Amino acid sequence: MNMQFRSGAQQDNATAIKTAIADCDIHPARATASELHPFLAKRWHEHLATYGKHAYQGMMEGPPYPKAQPNASRRDAYPPEGGPQGSSLSFMQKQLLDPHNVALGVLNPLGTGQGIRNHDLSAALATAINDWQIEKWTSKDSRLKGSIVVENEDGPTAAAEIRKRAGDPNFVQVLLLSRNVEPLGQRRYWPIYEAAQEAGLPVGVHAFGFGGNPITASGWPSYYIEEMVGHSQCQQTALASIVLEGVFERFPKLKMVMIEAGFGWAPSLAWRLDKVWQKLRSEVPHVKRPPSEYIKDHIWWTTQPMEDPERREHLFQTIEWIGWDKLLFATDYPHWDFDEPSRVLPVGVSDANREAFYLGNAKKLYGIA
Amino acid sequence: MARHVIAPVSEMPPGTRKFLTVDERPIAVFNVNGEFFGLLNRCPHMGAALCEGPLIGLAQSTTPGEIEYTKLGEIVRCPWHGWEFDIRTGQSYCDPRRFRVKAYAAHVEPGASVVKGPYVAETLSVSVEDDYVVVEM
Repeated sequence: MNMQFRSGAQQDNATAIKTAIADCDIHPARATASELHPFLAKRWHEHLATYGKHAYQGMMEGPPYPKAQPNASRRDAYPPEGGPQGSSLSFMQKQLLDPHNVALGVLNPLGTGQGIRNHDLSAALATAINDWQIEKWTSKDSRLKGSIVVENEDGPTAAAEIRKRAGDPNFVQVLLLSRNVEPLGQRRYWPIYEAAQEAGLPVGVHAFGFGGNPITASGWPSYYIEEMVGHSQCQQTALASIVLEGVFERFPKLKMVMIEAGFGWAPSLAWRLDKVWQKLRSEVPHVKRPPSEYIKDHIWWTTQPMEDPERREHLFQTIEWIGWDKLLFATDYPHWDFDEPSRVLPVGVSDANREAFYLGNAKKLYGIA
Repeated sequence: MARHVIAPVSEMPPGTRKFLTVDERPIAVFNVNGEFFGLLNRCPHMGAALCEGPLIGLAQSTTPGEIEYTKLGEIVRCPWHGWEFDIRTGQSYCDPRRFRVKAYAAHVEPGASVVKGPYVAETLSVSVEDDYVVVEM
């Protein structure tokens, strides 16, 4: 039913904005299952073939919910040479980086080994995926920068990986996922924040991951659409935990990026935190300032999937609360809920704010000249 | 409104689709069970090549618990965000107030009676006895 033949180029790039942008959420994929082998000890090749990699998620592999498109990705993003979407540098250049004039692209590899219950395997996969990012992507295209993937449940091991990569210009942040065994403010994760602060690297928290808990705060929902919407509540749990455990008091130079979980909820969470903190402050005396101040000072937000309220002034009011200097444009390429750069921002934004939104904030945060 | 020859019917059996550019506009023509449909190949949502998406049916529910699945093979689902459009009318099925894709009339005419468009016609090598697929736009 869906056999296709075609003539000529289909993608109309005439509508793409021509000024340079930063794309702060790109997902590079492996073309084959064995692509990581050169970066992994032989011991792990056999282990993976024999035992697989079991996440904090029952005795199964793969994502907890089915995806709406193949590999959760755009159907037009399969590279011509084969392999899944996002697995070819040359096709990423042709489909994303060149036509959209991406001056800075931040890679956030997923499905890497974070949330794997075998901690030695998780650590080996994290190191392998970091070497792979350099070898396959960042050393081949200077626009691309990697994220340091870490064994998220083992703080000291994660910190060692961060320190090993500190100062390496191939990497611009540390990558965590939002679902972990415990809320992200817990002290088992503090070595990660300590090492990130020491290295001067922001910590990005991307939606998804495996922590063994239901994906919502009250159990397993029926539908993928609920998982998609549930990312915001998962991220809110992580952010509240980070603030209330005093992470930013302990690591005052730490910067964090909330990736792919929306930002429209930020003001309401902060207002609620402030309101309750006024009454229960004595329970958490290490939280010295209103929670909203930590959020405003320490948190950056990627835009995709961009909020799209009926009235654009509501979007602008939300951004005003967050700060135009805290948003980082992202497409989520090659995933299916890709945001097209020229279509996300309504009219009525000043040139300075537009430049900050699309490029300036990202360059400043990630230290790119 | 000009008529453009797209292909000989014999080259577009049921279940196929053809992509091309006419007057600098990307379009796609589908043969669904012997009926031809043409659509602008640009999703009104974010501009994806809409017609590269799969053809599915329309799942609707008048009452929770009852699902009707109709228009089998007549709904094109965008390869990016999954917006659904009726291939007959261009009507969007998620938010009909906001999005409608441009639909072009496509039908079959005898080969000798049509004006050949500049872009596609030159690639045809079929004799005038055959029937051609024609798009009006």
